[in-house]
Amino acid sequence: MAKQLIKGNEAIVKSAILAGCRAYYGYPITPASEIAEAAALYMPRAGGVFVQAESEVSAVNMLYGAASAGVRAMSASSGPGISLMQEGISYLAGAELPCVIADITRGGPGLGNIAPEQSDYNQVVKGGGHGCYRMLVLAPASCQEMADLTALAFDLADAYRNPVMVMADGFIGQMMEPVEFAAQAHPPGSQPWAVEGNRETRLNLASSIHLEPDRLEEHIRHLEQKYLRAQREAVRCEHYETGDAEIVLVGYGIVARILKAVVDEARAEGIKAGLLRPITLFPFPSAQLRALARQASVFLTVEMSTGQMVEDVRLALEGRKPVEFYGRCGGNAPSAAEVLQVVREVARRSTPVLIPGAIAKTEVCHG
Amino acid sequence: MTQANVQPDRGYVTINAEECKGCGLCVEACVPRVLALAAHLNHQGYHPAEYAGSGCNGCGLCFHCCPEPGAITVYKLARVAAA
Amino acid sequence: MAEVPTGYTVLHERPKAFYDTFERKGDLQGQTHYCPGCGHGLAHKMIARAIDELGIQDRVVAVSPVGCAVFTYYYFDTGNVQAAHGRAPAVATAVKRSRPEAIVFSYQGDGDLAAIGTAEILHAANRGENITVFFVNNAVYGMTGGQMAPTTMLGQKTTTSPLGRDAFNEGYPLHVCELLAALEAPVYLERVALGNAKQVMAASRAIKKALTNQVKGLGFSLVEILSPCPTIWKMNPAKAQERVREEMVKVFPPGVYRDRTAEAQTRPAPPPPPRLEELPRLLDLEAHDFTPAADFQPGALDLRIKVAGFGGQGVLMLGEVLAEAGLLLNLDVSWLPSYGPEMRSGTSNCHVRISNRTIASPLVARPTMLLAMNEPSLRKFVADVDKGGWVLYNARSLPADVKAPEGVHVMCVPFTELADTLGEPRAGNIVMLGALLEASGILSREAIDRALEIHVRSARWLELDRRALELGRDAARKELAYACV
Repeated sequence: MAKQLIKGNEAIVKSAILAGCRAYYGYPITPASEIAEAAALYMPRAGGVFVQAESEVSAVNMLYGAASAGVRAMSASSGPGISLMQEGISYLAGAELPCVIADITRGGPGLGNIAPEQSDYNQVVKGGGHGCYRMLVLAPASCQEMADLTALAFDLADAYRNPVMVMADGFIGQMMEPVEFAAQAHPPGSQPWAVEGNRETRLNLASSIHLEPDRLEEHIRHLEQKYLRAQREAVRCEHYETGDAEIVLVGYGIVARILKAVVDEARAEGIKAGLLRPITLFPFPSAQLRALARQASVFLTVEMSTGQMVEDVRLALEGRKPVEFYGRCGGNAPSAAEVLQVVREVARRSTPVLIPGAIAKTEVCHG
Repeated sequence: MTQANVQPDRGYVTINAEECKGCGLCVEACVPRVLALAAHLNHQGYHPAEYAGSGCNGCGLCFHCCPEPGAITVYKLARVAAA
Repeated sequence: MAEVPTGYTVLHERPKAFYDTFERKGDLQGQTHYCPGCGHGLAHKMIARAIDELGIQDRVVAVSPVGCAVFTYYYFDTGNVQAAHGRAPAVATAVKRSRPEAIVFSYQGDGDLAAIGTAEILHAANRGENITVFFVNNAVYGMTGGQMAPTTMLGQKTTTSPLGRDAFNEGYPLHVCELLAALEAPVYLERVALGNAKQVMAASRAIKKALTNQVKGLGFSLVEILSPCPTIWKMNPAKAQERVREEMVKVFPPGVYRDRTAEAQTRPAPPPPPRLEELPRLLDLEAHDFTPAADFQPGALDLRIKVAGFGGQGVLMLGEVLAEAGLLLNLDVSWLPSYGPEMRSGTSNCHVRISNRTIASPLVARPTMLLAMNEPSLRKFVADVDKGGWVLYNARSLPADVKAPEGVHVMCVPFTELADTLGEPRAGNIVMLGALLEASGILSREAIDRALEIHVRSARWLELDRRALELGRDAARKELAYACV
């Protein structure tokens, strides 16, 4: 199919429909509203359902109902609305119901503002709801990835029977870029475990309750195994100029786009910089980061927050190498120029270990 | 159906004593007053309802007022074919 | 069990819509988990009988609440979905919309429906969802051990209203049927009671009617069931029944609060879904036919454009046309707006990048072109313009105290005034676009024209914009003729 100039938010909806999604339940919020608007237009055209719910609380529970009935269903919101959805997400994970939610992030806490921020990382990746569950989280960095990762999100949701979040900042949601959509449309299907209101599915039950402690523990262990499997099988990340990188920048979403420009400029100055861009935030590309720690001397995490993903970078590296952080927030994106300045500073401070010989003498290789 | 001289009851009730919780709502509902809670206890420790064995009019109210799915079954006298 | 004498046939027995044994329950699989004399068992049984009588067992999906009835799925041999506290109407909404052939009911208590789930029930009712709601009102929180419910009666003691519900502190009992009767959409609202056999029989009829309405596709039905809770009320079952009969009905009068079943229209079946092959057309994904001229050679192109102005001056649209034209020429493009309140008032801007290489960051910090539709935008961004770049400003000259950076080309043209001559000041953005194209020599005329066609749907506006474009080109030619760059 030919490339379309399209907003990231709109690309989500069209890709979702091509991926077989036929239900959208949501509540408007800036900067995610174009998703609801596009769904209101296109879902009925595709023979699907669009309902503007009375709140995000209702919207996520409608997802629960639609997922119970075995249809591919989605919603979208931004930070404040995602906060309200956390209850439902916990139930969805507990009942093993697949669905896709897009979080087009904005500034917080509280009402914050509507400008882009990446401060939903903790509530989305670490799980803002109760219980031992995880969400699979995909972080697009372009409009093309808004389309591609939305389609992937539906497949992952089904494969893991778990809600999947597509988390993009307001920039990615609002911007337009050329997007090439899937050539083949996925037919809307059904699920053997779904409750469809017919004889074949009459014995099915969608529920998150397990009254007996042993039974609940068994269920939680089962969920845990799925998340471990995701960590083995579902990790995605992009390496950019990491082959010989001594400073590894780590960033996702729009920040990664800026960091690519930074890498190019830093290399032009002779600083061996590279970028590792997590595409899945859970499962997190920990092993990939650890592998880079063999050659790199320092990591610099850049986020549009005061530092949320950086904790996962530190956990991944387990102290092997220093992890520096640079963040902007409140709706400000770091410019390439200011990050480049930070890179120069980090390079200068790390100079002793940037000498190849020194690395050979001092580095202990792990794993 | 050959007891020529005795008019049979129009209805009959059976109570599954092990499903009965002894709430007594069937006793309250029974129009001909032929249900009562037994003096003995069932294995859960409730006094189950008991049918006196005769006098049921088959109205079914005991069934409708019983909160348990299958504790009470009500029967009606089958239409006797013209002899 | 006693032997049934010969000559009797079964009149009433365990409804088929219940499982034979309640295996999900764990122990005592012949009984419910409800306390002796509880109204829930009665309500379950009436629903199960109605399902049997309507012959809909295979189609039913029961949505269970949080509260004593959380385990409804132990009992109904139907599809079952267990919902979060208060959310059953939202869940039921989506189950029904997903599977319109299903018969979907939610079964909720007073805390679930009338406290934490007020929004969900109100809006499901207001949307007229074709679902059935059974609302069991026993004026107290049973499962959590006797706390106050929204329907607790004035003076009624609960563990959280230990002195009795006081209107000044806890407000009044909530009347759900009356509340929902204020809405247009519901077709059937009835309150029934379980206070004696007669009331139970009336309740049974109401429950069947509420399910029948859904089978007929008539819309939203709700039956409120005043129900005894002997354990929490600390009464024996007969006394609890008496309380329903004597006290509750005075606070919550039974009756039909809405019945439009006679005049309600059956909902039309959804149209058949389109074939998958039709989706690209339905999703507006068909290609825009355009072939770049064979001699189009962009060379090394890296346009970083910032368009800025007041909301309503068309700055976002100007950027879109530029980006679309770039894409038509097979270049990589990005368009990034400032958004939100700015779209409606105040200043607005967008970042456009057009490049023959893959674009890393769509943010434009150092524009090669600044298109400033007004003075605040000029002042805000002029210093950022890269050497060799262009500033196009919507006035005859720069303000006296504003100076473009060295090596930056400046073109000051009153674009909006020019657009006035077309009778449409809102076309000022396109006049400016024309000037930009002329001044910079970027992007082909055909691509811009096709991009305009794609983005301007109205024929009148398209014609106007084409004239505006030419006006801008002419103005730029004149400027350039005089210009000393």
